[in-house]
Parts: sequence; C-alpha cells; structure tokens
Amino acid sequence: MNKKTVYLDNNATTMVAPEVVEAMLPFYTERYGNPSSMHDFGGRVEKDIEWARHEVAQLLGAEHDYEIVFTSCGTEGDNFAISGVLSYFPNKRHIITTRVEHPAVLNLCKQYEREGYRVTYIPVDRQGNLDLDMLFDSVSEDTAIVSVMHANNETGVIHPVEKIGAFLRERGVLFHIDGVQAAGKIPINVANIPCDLYTISGHKFHAPKGVGALYIRRGTRIRPILYGGHQERGRRPGTENVAGIVGMGKAAELARKFLPEEERVKKLRDKLENEILARFPNVSLNGAKEQRVPNTTNVGFEYIEGEAILLYLNEMGIAASSGSACSSGSLEPSHVLRAMGVPFTSAHGSIRFSLSRYNTEEEIDYTLKVLPEVVDRLLEISPYWDNERKCGREIKV
Amino acid sequence: MWDYTDKVKILYTKPKNVGVIEDANAVGEVGSIVCGDALTLYLKIEDGIIKDAKFQTFGCGSAIASSSALTEMIIGKTVEEAEKITNRDIVEYLGGLPEQKMHCSVMGREALDKALANWRGEEIEEEAHEGEIVCQCFGVTDALIRKVIRENNLKSVEDITNYTKAGGACGSCIHKLEDILQEELKLQQSCADNPETGEKKKPLTNIRRMQLVNETIVDVIRPILQKDGGDIELLDVDGKKVYVALRGTCSQCVASMVTLKNLVEAKLREFVEDDIEVIEK
Repeated sequence: MNKKTVYLDNNATTMVAPEVVEAMLPFYTERYGNPSSMHDFGGRVEKDIEWARHEVAQLLGAEHDYEIVFTSCGTEGDNFAISGVLSYFPNKRHIITTRVEHPAVLNLCKQYEREGYRVTYIPVDRQGNLDLDMLFDSVSEDTAIVSVMHANNETGVIHPVEKIGAFLRERGVLFHIDGVQAAGKIPINVANIPCDLYTISGHKFHAPKGVGALYIRRGTRIRPILYGGHQERGRRPGTENVAGIVGMGKAAELARKFLPEEERVKKLRDKLENEILARFPNVSLNGAKEQRVPNTTNVGFEYIEGEAILLYLNEMGIAASSGSACSSGSLEPSHVLRAMGVPFTSAHGSIRFSLSRYNTEEEIDYTLKVLPEVVDRLLEISPYWDNERKCGREIKV
Repeated sequence: MWDYTDKVKILYTKPKNVGVIEDANAVGEVGSIVCGDALTLYLKIEDGIIKDAKFQTFGCGSAIASSSALTEMIIGKTVEEAEKITNRDIVEYLGGLPEQKMHCSVMGREALDKALANWRGEEIEEEAHEGEIVCQCFGVTDALIRKVIRENNLKSVEDITNYTKAGGACGSCIHKLEDILQEELKLQQSCADNPETGEKKKPLTNIRRMQLVNETIVDVIRPILQKDGGDIELLDVDGKKVYVALRGTCSQCVASMVTLKNLVEAKLREFVEDDIEVIEK
C-alpha cells in the first residue's frame, strides 16, 4: 500500500510520537550503559529511568514515584497485580472480575479457576455498564482481589471505578484496575480513585511496544511474579528496558500536556459516529453513548460481515478493527459484545474506530466518504439484505 | 492481519458471479448469519452441465474469494466433474488460504454438495462447525476435539493429535488439549459412576428420566448458558418431550433456536436419552 494510511485503530496500538523516538534514540546508541553498573557510564542512565518514573507517576497522580513499577506490557501488569496478590494471600480463594475484561485478565482468572479458585464474573447490561449490585453482593471474606478495567477496549465504556473502589476500601478488599485503555485518553488520579493497583501500557499512548507500568499503592501486600536481581526494588527484576522506559516517560509527559486535545478527538469521533448512525439503516451503536473514552466508537452493521468491511476499508487505506468472529481467529464473535447481549447478527458486523490526537478532520471526512461505498458493495453480495428489502423495510437515505 | 494471497485479494475485492439466478434449478445454502459465515450458491444445470453459477455470501474476505473461485471453477463443468472438486482444489485455485480460514473453502464445497443434492432432489445431513479454535495450525475446535475424545475413548494428548492433528505442528496448544482431555475424562468418570447413565440401552422410568433431565440442565447446560449471561428454566417433562424456557440474554438472542437444538437438546440426548425432544415454551 503506497497511500498514506488513515489510522483509526488506536485502541490496538498507537503511533510512537516523534518526540518519544527522539528521547529514546541515545539509549540505543551512545548511552547503552546498564543502570545497575558502578561506573558513571551506566549509573547515569539510572537518572533517566527515575525521570521517566516521575513522569508516569505524574500521569497517574501517584503520591510517590516508587509506587510505579515498570513492566514489559499491559498483560504483565495485569498478571503481576492479580497473581502477586493471590500469592501473598494463599488462603483467600475468591476473585471478582467482569465478563468484559481483556484476555490478559480473563484467561488468567480462568486458569485460577482450573486451579480451584472461585471466580465471579460480573455481567454487563446492553450498554456495557456493570451490574454493581452483583459486584457488591459478591464480595466476601474469601475475596482476595477485585479486578475491573477502567475503560473497555472494544466499546470505550468507562466503568465507575471510584464507586467500586470506595466500597472495596471500606471492606479492606484489594482493588486492581486495568487502566490500559484509559491512560492518555481521560484524566487519571489515583489520589481520588481508591484502588491499590493500576495497570497501564506504553504503546496505547504513543510510547513504544514492550513497556508498561504497574502502580502499586504504598503498603499494598503483593509478591513479585519474577525473581532475580534488585531492579525495581526487587519487585520486577531483570535489566531495565531503558529506552522503552524513557520513551514511556516522554509519552506520559506528552499525554498530560495534550489531554485537552482529547476534546478535539471527541468532536471527530462524534462526527464520525453520528454520521454513520444517521446514514445507514442497518447500523446501531454498541455501548453507552455517555461515559465513554473520547476516542472510541463501536458500531454494528447488520447483514454484512466485519472482516469483509475491514478488508474493503483496508483497500481504501483505512485501518480499523472488528469484533467479528472471522477477524478474531476463533469462530465466535467478541466476548464483550456477547456479554452485552448484542445480537450475533450485528456482532459479526461490528466495527471499532479508535482515534488519536494525530487524526485530522480530513481523515474523518474521507472515511465517511468511503464507508457508504464499502457497505453498499457488501450489501450487494449479502444473501440477507435482499430478503430484508423484499420484506418491505424502508431504506433511509 | 491475515496473510492472504494476491489471488484471494483480487477475488474479494472484485468477486465474480455475485448475485441470484432467478430460474436456478439447484440451490445450496450453508452456514447462517448467526455463525458469522453463510453462503448461498445458485446453479443452472442443463443436460448435466453447469451452465451458470452465482452466489451470495455473508462472510469474511476469504469466504467471498472462496465463493467466487468455486463459481469460476464449476461453470461449464459437468455435474460429475463438479462433484470431484474438493475444498483443497478451491484452496489451490486461490494459491492458498491461512490455516484458520480453511473452513471458508469447506463451506464452498458444502454449498456445492447441497446444491447438487438439491438438484437431484436429495437431502443431506449437516455437520456443525461450532466451538472455539484450539489448534491454530490446523484450525481444530474444542467441540470437535471433545467429540473425537468421546467417540474414540481417547486417553492422551498424543491420541488427540493422532485423531485430529491438533497440537501436531507448533505444539503451542498442548496445554489446552491437556485441559480439555482432563475435563472430558472427569466427565466420563462421573458418567461411569452412575450406572443408569452409563447404560443407555435400558429404558428409563419416568421419574428417573425427570431426575436426569433436571440434573443435566442444572449441572451441564445452565453453567454454559450463564457464561453468556443466559439461563434456562425447566417447565415440564412429558414422556420424551422436555419443555423449557430460555431466560436472560438467551431469551432475546436470535441464536436461541440454535442454542435450543445444538446445546440443550444435544446435551440432554447425550446424558439422558438419545431421542429426547426439546420444546421452547
């Protein structure tokens, strides 16, 4: 593909910001020292890591920089938080999470289930909102940890983590938030969210892949999941991914600076979403309209299949994603949409557009111009659309 | 991103023979909108020769390409020649398909079978493609693995690989195969513990049948439905007719008929009696 890509898949990953690349480069060339070394050549690098730690702490509103532990990715953060707490409290055998979590949490919980743990998966309603009453009722003496995502990756729906945290804190139950899809999109302040652990991933907010962080509130009882050297105060041993960590620090600095830009991103998202909903008769919105991160929209087309839409968009230089079965490598559509009770017919035709501050209005206009052509071509091929028309359903123009 | 060949890309971008043949004398329909994959194949057969073929599909890029390829391959062929076309031939025509997408070529083959059967006035039995892909290399689902374990009384992961190919290439799924095997062995154990379910030949008394239906719903079916936010209520058992109501997300799900037949009825037939009929009230 020679054309410039219109990249609307920022919940999958984001462009590494040019400032971030620039900040990282010296650590791949002249500044390759090991921060643990006694000599200045290595030792000075330690300062850069501490600078990055401070920036990430600022992004999350952490009181102390040492509450930030660098990891390799969001999945590691989620695993560290949950497994680390469970191994500290071997007698507590109950986990609470939700049905719409990322596989990094869901599949870990399923594994604990096989090992004999009891796991409660909190359901969501049609808009993707959690059944809080059930969550609150499920908490018991045996509950070791509650893990809830801050924002859902597929729909962008934001969960009421403040409310959940307040309830759990009163009962002394540890609370982990998977904030991978929230960082950089909405303001986060752990001073106001009563949580003990908060996971983020660098590449979702314009840092490179291969670096993440876990916020561990001071005093939280947790064991490491890796054992080795003294790095990260022994909580996450292994020689630091220095360039990645510095890149994440820079990205955190930029994310704070550009947070007001998210208003503009929201306007673009709303324009895209509103016009899609108005233009097509066979489309509906997946997820609550309010209480969403500003960059995400998930729409379900009926009678046409999501992967085919993606491939046709791809031909036109537009990158998006789908919750359809075909695009997931399994034969079932997205677990998130199924948990919401989205009919299979439109789950298979679901498309997620996720924007970033690098998207322009021209790109959105182009997408809105191309999408009707794509949808019409696929409706033409579809064996279902024809029947629907014959049934006399009106087509809005 | 799937690694599609150029041929596949050309065919899904500009598929040939899209549409309906109004006076088709052979129609084959496979898949459903619920499965996320569906293909309707229309044929015009004259003097044993396929004069024209058109298709409509609800499916991904490789489904569109496979359907287009199939129609191109069969137009002008005799029925006997068309019968010999395998899904491998479709794959070859396309220059290959990603392993996870092989089922798209199988769908083409099935639609052709159905259309030809329809032309002859025959009915053919359907094979379900359900479940979650466990072995990425060979596209083997958990449903198939479980079926093969039960039917062949498999006892080891090596057996599963020999029978289904699952786990035979990269081996990344071996831990999942082990989990499935252990679950199945446990299930067999619990069936064997109960002589009445172990011995299906002996006719059940009404009271025993009711007990077994209830146990199966509570222990087997409900947990599966609840995973998807659904639920089931047992309303009545009248002879071999079981009356149920689907609740929760199941009640609004367009797939509820599929759930009823493929899950509820299938499980009751497996654990209680093989001629149980499930009716939704």
